Amino acid sequence: MALENTDIQDKLVGTFGESAFNFQQERDIFSFEIKADKNTAIILFLKNDPTLQFHFLTDLCGVHYPDNDENHQFAIIYHLHNWYENKRIRIKAYLNGTPEIKTISNIFLCSNWMERETYDFYGVNFIGHPQLKRILNMDEMISFPMRKEFPMEDAGRTDKDDRFFGRTTINS
Amino acid sequence: MSELLLPPEHRYAKIIQEKLNEDGSELSILNLGPTHPATHGIFQNILLMDGEKILEAEPTIGYIHRAFEKIAENRPFYQITPLTDRMNYCSSPINNMGWWMTLEKLLGVEVPKRAQYLRVIVMELARITDHLICNSILGVDTGAYTGFLYVFQFREKVYEIYEEICGARLTTNMGRIGGFERDWSPEAFRKLDVFLEDFPVAWKEFENLFERNRIFIDRTVNVGPISAEKAMSYGFTGPNLRAAGVDYDVRVAHPYSSYEDFEFIVPVGKSGDTYDRFCVRNAEVWESLSIIRQALAKMPEGNEYHAEVPDYYLPPKEDVYHDMESLIYHFKIVMGEIPVPVAEIYHAVEGGNGELGFYLETDGSRTPYRLHFRRPCFIYYQGYPEMIKGALLSDAIVILSSLNVIAGELDA
Repeated sequence: MALENTDIQDKLVGTFGESAFNFQQERDIFSFEIKADKNTAIILFLKNDPTLQFHFLTDLCGVHYPDNDENHQFAIIYHLHNWYENKRIRIKAYLNGTPEIKTISNIFLCSNWMERETYDFYGVNFIGHPQLKRILNMDEMISFPMRKEFPMEDAGRTDKDDRFFGRTTINS
Repeated sequence: MSELLLPPEHRYAKIIQEKLNEDGSELSILNLGPTHPATHGIFQNILLMDGEKILEAEPTIGYIHRAFEKIAENRPFYQITPLTDRMNYCSSPINNMGWWMTLEKLLGVEVPKRAQYLRVIVMELARITDHLICNSILGVDTGAYTGFLYVFQFREKVYEIYEEICGARLTTNMGRIGGFERDWSPEAFRKLDVFLEDFPVAWKEFENLFERNRIFIDRTVNVGPISAEKAMSYGFTGPNLRAAGVDYDVRVAHPYSSYEDFEFIVPVGKSGDTYDRFCVRNAEVWESLSIIRQALAKMPEGNEYHAEVPDYYLPPKEDVYHDMESLIYHFKIVMGEIPVPVAEIYHAVEGGNGELGFYLETDGSRTPYRLHFRRPCFIYYQGYPEMIKGALLSDAIVILSSLNVIAGELDA
């Protein structure tokens, strides 16, 4: 029997109550939000529950939303995959302006570097991570370059107008 | 020990000071890379060694990090394809097609069957070149140069086919939203036929040189094995995972571009060692050849090579000079003014090294709000220090090349 969205939703709501919410089928993927402080419990539950069996962490990444309210400044996005039932889910956890979330590197070994990458680019502090340091950028760097306020190019340049080359997100 | 290599506060320095062998010999440190010819790419491993045995390894990556995700947030969708080329540059058409399919999923574009089959052909050609390089370089690293020379000219032949299709060879920037930029020329099909005729002979010869070769077996069997559970926990996908005995393949699990129309097997290994990885890649090349033949045989009649989506597909250049509509579409597409829905998309394709995923978040503007590449190399390279623990230095080289870590994909 295939694993239905409602099964996942019922189990999560039954176990964690209001910590998992906003369930929706988004195109081809079932997605929901969780409260950031419950991330390890929920992901461990999804992994170990005998019917859910989301045993593979496909992807982990961060997003920055500077325009949101102060409790939704950052998001961590987990993609989990159950190969037995061939079912993918997406989990989103919003964080506030000083982003902190517990590490899941003890649940999935592969999240170690993915969390380091997220720290490197967004400055998200993964509590309990065994080696939280920069991975792709150099150690001396002090800013977090994927945050929206970080300019891609030297802002002092006057020799070209970025608006005409599709280089700015604001098209005005 | 040498202070030149490591700062004195490094944890290896402490281990070396504490631990002295019974015969009075010290542990030593070896810098493998960043630009060692045997690592085939720019990444560094600081190895803690007891004689020739590796006790610990500390990888450093990021030497060719080019901030693709940041650049992508500042570019219209069409300008992101050249970035995807440069991730796994051994099989760039797969990256290109994966990106187009992500956009097609976002925009709801239905690609005609013939274009889908053409994509399958070019993706499988890319997989062949990817595996061909990995396996033949593995041969070179074990000291067998001949096999590499036998098969390497066929990569050249595949690049000539790419050249006929899109004009470029290595970083292809191939395709458009909804299909290809132009129909494949008869010359492309002719070159493909010649390739399908000649390559299997050479590949068979290559296999014969290695598969039962005593030296090669001694160098690879039980070298760098990884169990299925460990591999899954480390996020392995693709041939490296299948060598450990797990038959996960995105082409089967979530078929895209009509892969469900073709018959192929997913070869798996057993022990996940270097030899199994070699054999899985070998077998996959045969499967890819079979898929290409099936696609050619089943190819629908006609010359449809793209979907009719004027909002996203550039009009023919001649029309742009005469026809108002075409001019408007041309302008809008080039300037990135195409309508884009607000959505979050995840799309994955089976790249040369595993699941290549694109996580795309849009806010309706001309550029992605967030684009994250799930790069298989980046994820499974974490397992490398554990795989080489206790191995010899020469084994570490062989394990690295059998994992097929591509620096461009590792660092993005």
